[in-house]
Amino acid sequence: MKPPPFDYVAPETLEEALSVLAEHGDEAQPLAGGQSLVPMLSLRIARPSVILDLNRVAALKGIAAEGSALRLGAMTRQAEVLANATVRQTLPGLQEAVNFVGHFQTRNRGTIGGSISLGEPAAENPAFAVALDADLELQSSAGSRTVRASDFYSGPYTTARTDTELLTAITYRPPANARIGTLEISQRRGDFALAGLVACLPVSGGTISDARLCWFGMGSQPLRARSAEAALEGASIASLDLAALADLALHDTDPNDDTHATAAYRHEAGRTVFTRLMTRLLGEGAAQ
Amino acid sequence: MSDHDINLTVNGRKVARRVPARRTLLDFLRADLGLTGTHAGCEHGVCGACTVMIDGVAMRSCLTFAVQMDGHAVTTVEGVAHEDGSFHPVQQALHDNHGLQCGFCTPGIVMSLLSMTEGEQKASRAEILDAMSGHICRCTGYQGLHKAIAQLTEANHD
Repeated sequence: MKPPPFDYVAPETLEEALSVLAEHGDEAQPLAGGQSLVPMLSLRIARPSVILDLNRVAALKGIAAEGSALRLGAMTRQAEVLANATVRQTLPGLQEAVNFVGHFQTRNRGTIGGSISLGEPAAENPAFAVALDADLELQSSAGSRTVRASDFYSGPYTTARTDTELLTAITYRPPANARIGTLEISQRRGDFALAGLVACLPVSGGTISDARLCWFGMGSQPLRARSAEAALEGASIASLDLAALADLALHDTDPNDDTHATAAYRHEAGRTVFTRLMTRLLGEGAAQ
Repeated sequence: MSDHDINLTVNGRKVARRVPARRTLLDFLRADLGLTGTHAGCEHGVCGACTVMIDGVAMRSCLTFAVQMDGHAVTTVEGVAHEDGSFHPVQQALHDNHGLQCGFCTPGIVMSLLSMTEGEQKASRAEILDAMSGHICRCTGYQGLHKAIAQLTEANHD
């Protein structure tokens, strides 16, 4: 239960951090809050030869509203998001999602960017980024690029980030009039979700358009419920059949059988999460 | 494997040591400094027994490396009681309400309670109770802890 030996570097500038990655590639492991990485080191699941500590890189911090968009430096801590007035004004739904992440003591150190980069399939931050289709800024010594969160994940802990890139910032662009919510079922408060859902539902004149639903804990990566999203396009809230929509939404999941829950249990928990969240966001009138 | 010189403050005292990069803050406190009040439980962030305050904020010492603490201030349970040895109100509240039994989880709980009742923004009773999800106590069933938290937050408006 002790981490394996490694070399440690803690640069203060982004340029230095990127040069460490350029030199060491997949031998180097960026360390953000460490609330997932350090357990993985202690359990010897991860054995990097170099730990690149990002906690002293000031350029990776900061919370800023840009019009209706919200930009977070990747090293923004989860507790900072919960306490921040700009987040509360521009994207309160992010605070709801982050409040499900771990515990008070781990949110004090854990970061948004670290969680998104890790890509734990049952985690809230990746699913929230996918549901909002956030812009993920990736930088390397060679340059920078932006990847949409919907294109970022391809499997458990598998992302579009290459070994020489760092996730530097996340920009959420909530659609106008969007009703945004997160709900999950876990065994205990702070545990990983057995089934969880983030919904982003733009509603105008009682009609939904460009709905985005993203499951977490319901497959090998954050999963958009594309069939249900398509069925919601142009739908009137008053005429929704939530039971049929839940079937469609669950059709796009592939929940695991594991020690925490059976796939069948997760499926039913997912149905409950879907129904409760959609009813809360759309009103009792939608609960047919 | 790299070694590093670190300078930090522990319970108000300046400390300088050389540590291997992989040494957790938890092991540093217990083995290098002999401060065994901070308890090693699960050592992967789940149980909460190793919780300390880093710059006044409760965090897991098993999920932080000692080398990262260069220039920072760490407070452990040894730094909580008053200089004359009398209890801090957090300790007194646990004492008064049977907020512990075997005491293994207690040092971590004390540090979380301290950071939430003495921090920049005092937490509500509901917020403190919620934060207790980050501490596993197998003796008490948490009822004494609930009463201790009620005592601590009596003066606060929830």
